[in-house]
Amino acid sequence: MEYHRHPDDELDSLRDRVLLLGGEAETALERAMKALMERDSELARQVLNQDDKIDQLEVEVDRQCIDIIALRQPAARDLRFVISVAKMAPVLERIADHAANIARVAIDLNNEPELKSVVDLGRMSEHGLRMLRAALDAFTSGDAAAAREVILSDAEINELYNHVFHQLIEMMVTEPSTATRDARLLFVAKHLERIGDYVTDICELTVYMAEAAFIKHFK
Amino acid sequence: MSTTAPTIPTRLRVPERDPGTRDSASFGAKAKIAVRDLDFYYGKSQALHGVSLQIPERIVMAFIGPSGCGKSTFLRTLNRMNDVIAGTRVSGEVLMDGVDVYQPGTDVVELRRKVGMVFQKSNPFPKSIFDNVAYGLRINRLTATKSELAERVEQALKDAALWNEVKDRLRTSALSLSGGQQQRLCIARALAIRPEVVLMDEPASALDPVATHKIEELIVELKKQYTIVIVTHNMQQAARVSDTTAFFLLGKLIEVNSTEKMFTNPDEKLTEDYITGRFG
Repeated sequence: MEYHRHPDDELDSLRDRVLLLGGEAETALERAMKALMERDSELARQVLNQDDKIDQLEVEVDRQCIDIIALRQPAARDLRFVISVAKMAPVLERIADHAANIARVAIDLNNEPELKSVVDLGRMSEHGLRMLRAALDAFTSGDAAAAREVILSDAEINELYNHVFHQLIEMMVTEPSTATRDARLLFVAKHLERIGDYVTDICELTVYMAEAAFIKHFK
Repeated sequence: MSTTAPTIPTRLRVPERDPGTRDSASFGAKAKIAVRDLDFYYGKSQALHGVSLQIPERIVMAFIGPSGCGKSTFLRTLNRMNDVIAGTRVSGEVLMDGVDVYQPGTDVVELRRKVGMVFQKSNPFPKSIFDNVAYGLRINRLTATKSELAERVEQALKDAALWNEVKDRLRTSALSLSGGQQQRLCIARALAIRPEVVLMDEPASALDPVATHKIEELIVELKKQYTIVIVTHNMQQAARVSDTTAFFLLGKLIEVNSTEKMFTNPDEKLTEDYITGRFG
C-alpha cells in the first residue's frame, strides 16, 4: 500500500479492484457457457487459463482490505464497505471456479457426439448472468432495493434447475447410452444453481453495506 | 381495482436487534446525570448551545469531536469545574440524581467529591504514593483511624489496578512512578473518596500504548461501580471502552448513540463525516 494516500483514493482503488474481479467472474461464466453451447473448446481453455489471474485478484483484494483495516481503521460506511468487499471477493472467486468447472465439462463433451439441446440450461445461464450483472450494478451504486430484487429472482434459477434436472433424468431413462453426458450436463446445471446462491450472498452484502442491516439467514 | 403495498418477504426483512445488546441497554438505564438545554459562555463567546443529554448510571460514555467543539467544556460543567474560570456563565440544568447542581446553595466541594475528575496530564502531588491517595480522605476527614485510612488507600490502589506495582514502596515519592503509573495513581486518588461519577479528560493521551491499554482495561472494570464520562480525541479508544458515544461539533451535541451504532452506522451525516475522516 502506498503511504499518505487519501482514504477515499484507497477505497476507490479497492472498489475498482473488486469490480475487476466481478467482471472477470462474469466473463468467465459467459465464455464457459458459450463454449458449452457452441462446442468451442478453445474458448473453454481460455476460461481455464484466466482462472489463475482471478485467484490472484482475490488475494490482492484480501490484502488491500487487511491493509485498510490495519492502517486506516475505517468506521461507519467505510467499514461496512471494506468488510463487504472482503467477504465478497471469495464469493466472486468461487463463481469463477464454477465457471471453470463448466469449461472443463465443455471440453469433455466437445470430444463426444453432440447431445440433444437442453433449452432450460441456456435460460439458466442467461438468468444467472443477468443476476450477476445486476448484483454488481447494485453493489456499485450501493442500491439495497436493487440488491433485494436480485435476491428474489434467485427463485427463478432454482425453478429452472428443477426443470433441467427432470429433463436430464428423463433423457437418461429414455436413452441410457447418453447417461454419462447427461450427468455432466446435470453438473453444469448444479454449478449454475450454486452461482445463483453466490449472487444472493453478494446482494446480502450490498444490503449490509448500504443499510447496516444483516438479512442473511433470516428466513 | 384495489392495490395493496407489496409485502417484503420475511427473507429480506431487516431483523430486529437483540434488545440485550449494549445498543439499547444504556438507553433504558436510569439517568445518573440529566442535562437540559445547557448553554455556556466564556465572556461573550458562547461555547455550548442548548445541550441536552442523559448519562445512565454505571456506563462509560465517551465524548468525541474536533478540538474546540466544547466536549471538555461540557465535561467540566458536570462538576462545576468551570466555576473557577473568571467570566464564565451557564444556563440550563445539570441534574445529578434529579437535583440541579447549579441551584443556589449547592455545596460545590461535596459535588466534586461525588463527581471526581482525572485530567489529561497526570498531576500527582510531590508527596509519597500513600499520601497522594490519602490526601482527599484526610482533608475531608473521611476516615476515623489510621488503619481505616490505610485500608481505604489500599482499596483505592487496588481499584486503580496499581496496588501490586506499588505495595512495597508506598512511602516513596509519587514522582518516581512512570507516566502510566502516575495516571493510575491520580485515578486511585479520585476513587479513594468514593465518588459516584468519574470524569476523565483525555486520560491516556500522554501515555504509550501499553499504559493506555492498562487505563482502558481499568475504565471497563470501573464501570461496574462508577459512572464514567471520558473525553477522548482517540476514536478507537472511544470505540473500545465506551457503551455510549456523544459527538460534539461547534458547541452543539450532534448525536448521542450506542457506541456500536455510532461507529458502524451513525444517524447523522456530520457524525459519519467526522468518524470517517471526511470532516471539513
